[in-house]
Amino acid sequence: MNLDIKIEEEKDLTYEVFLAGEIDAYTAPKLKDALMPLAEKDNASITVDLNRVNYMDSTGLGVFISILKATKEHNSDLKLVSLQDRVKRLFEITGLDSIILIDSTVQGGN
Amino acid sequence: MKPLKLDVKSYQELLKQYIVSEDETSLYQAEQFSKMSMQQKISPEEIIDVHIQALKELYPDLPAEIDASLDFLMETMISYGLAYQEFQSLREKQVELQSEISVAASMQQSLLSTTKPNVKGIDIGAISVPANQMNGDYYHFVNDDAGYLGIAIADVIGKGIPAALAMSMIKYSMDSFRETQRNPKTVLENLNRVVERNVDSSMFITMYYGLFNLNTNLLQFSSAGHEPGFYYNASKDEFFDIEGNGLVLGVMNNASYEQYEIQMEKDDIVILLTDGVTECRIGDRFIEREEILEVIKEYIHLPAQEAVESVYKYFEKLQDFHLRDDFTLIFLKKNV
Repeated sequence: MNLDIKIEEEKDLTYEVFLAGEIDAYTAPKLKDALMPLAEKDNASITVDLNRVNYMDSTGLGVFISILKATKEHNSDLKLVSLQDRVKRLFEITGLDSIILIDSTVQGGN
Repeated sequence: MKPLKLDVKSYQELLKQYIVSEDETSLYQAEQFSKMSMQQKISPEEIIDVHIQALKELYPDLPAEIDASLDFLMETMISYGLAYQEFQSLREKQVELQSEISVAASMQQSLLSTTKPNVKGIDIGAISVPANQMNGDYYHFVNDDAGYLGIAIADVIGKGIPAALAMSMIKYSMDSFRETQRNPKTVLENLNRVVERNVDSSMFITMYYGLFNLNTNLLQFSSAGHEPGFYYNASKDEFFDIEGNGLVLGVMNNASYEQYEIQMEKDDIVILLTDGVTECRIGDRFIEREEILEVIKEYIHLPAQEAVESVYKYFEKLQDFHLRDDFTLIFLKKNV
């Protein structure tokens, strides 16, 4: 399986990232390469839409942790939206939902 | 067929034979010639050179244009030759690395080896199967004289060799904690600081640490983002998820952990696992947590070691089953 990454710049320094597919050991480096340049901009705001991500393993969590750390250093924001239940559960078990902003009002389908 | 020799003369004969007859045999021999050349580390441009020499001897009156084009081809081939040489040396290095990794893997095994203690009243079963050469899962038992049994199960995220190295770090810092620091909350808080200081930002560790008091049968535990296990309550004849919230190790320097308790009675069982168990797939389908519990229920009556092995074998035998992540399963059966 593959991971499709689409980045839209809403306005200056405000990014919306749409992911589709699987985030695992094979696709995680690609995700990190795509997100890191955004996270390393000062005062940026990044929203990642995970609605079409049907599988993520712990390597994916690792990517979001390093992105989170980078955003903190650059005074930027990271927000995850539209998580499918299986993916959301992963953030909950690992306690990462307490440090990464997850908008659960926008629930992912199936 | 004569045995092949790697010289201009033989090549010339081969070439001539082919030009005259265009037969399959000489084509086959050309193939053999190139295979032998590879074995002898002869570069592509050397073969072209042999070809040019052979051709010029066979046809001394080659048109000047063809002659020049051959020189041109020769130059073009030189970079192929270099790339091929590089490929060869990378291949040798890869073989070297492979053997170093196997040495490291067996060293890891002896570094991290833990003895399953013989504790009166508890039947312990443990299995850990790596998905790749080096295991990122880890379990450890600490059995001290004061009547306590410590149980650690952990999963390093970030795969392969760095993960394995981080495991050794965990084990040795755990061994260095004083007895006063052995309650689960403190163990995880201390380990969290060690991990946070020492690992790469995309790496983290999930861990469950339990401390069982052999005199009072009280199990105290804390979890750092670890996949919840199951608790079988014999008097109710029911299985429960072992909850326990806490952030994974290595993300936030000052993370603190809750401590929970289970008072274990006769025939109660504690089941610990890693997410390699819950991330199993059959073909394209995930195995649900409920299904795993069903399988566990089927074998749980067996002696603990036999039971964990049977559960793994059950999954292993499924068609299209592939282990995506390291698989670790521990049963603690209170039998008195």
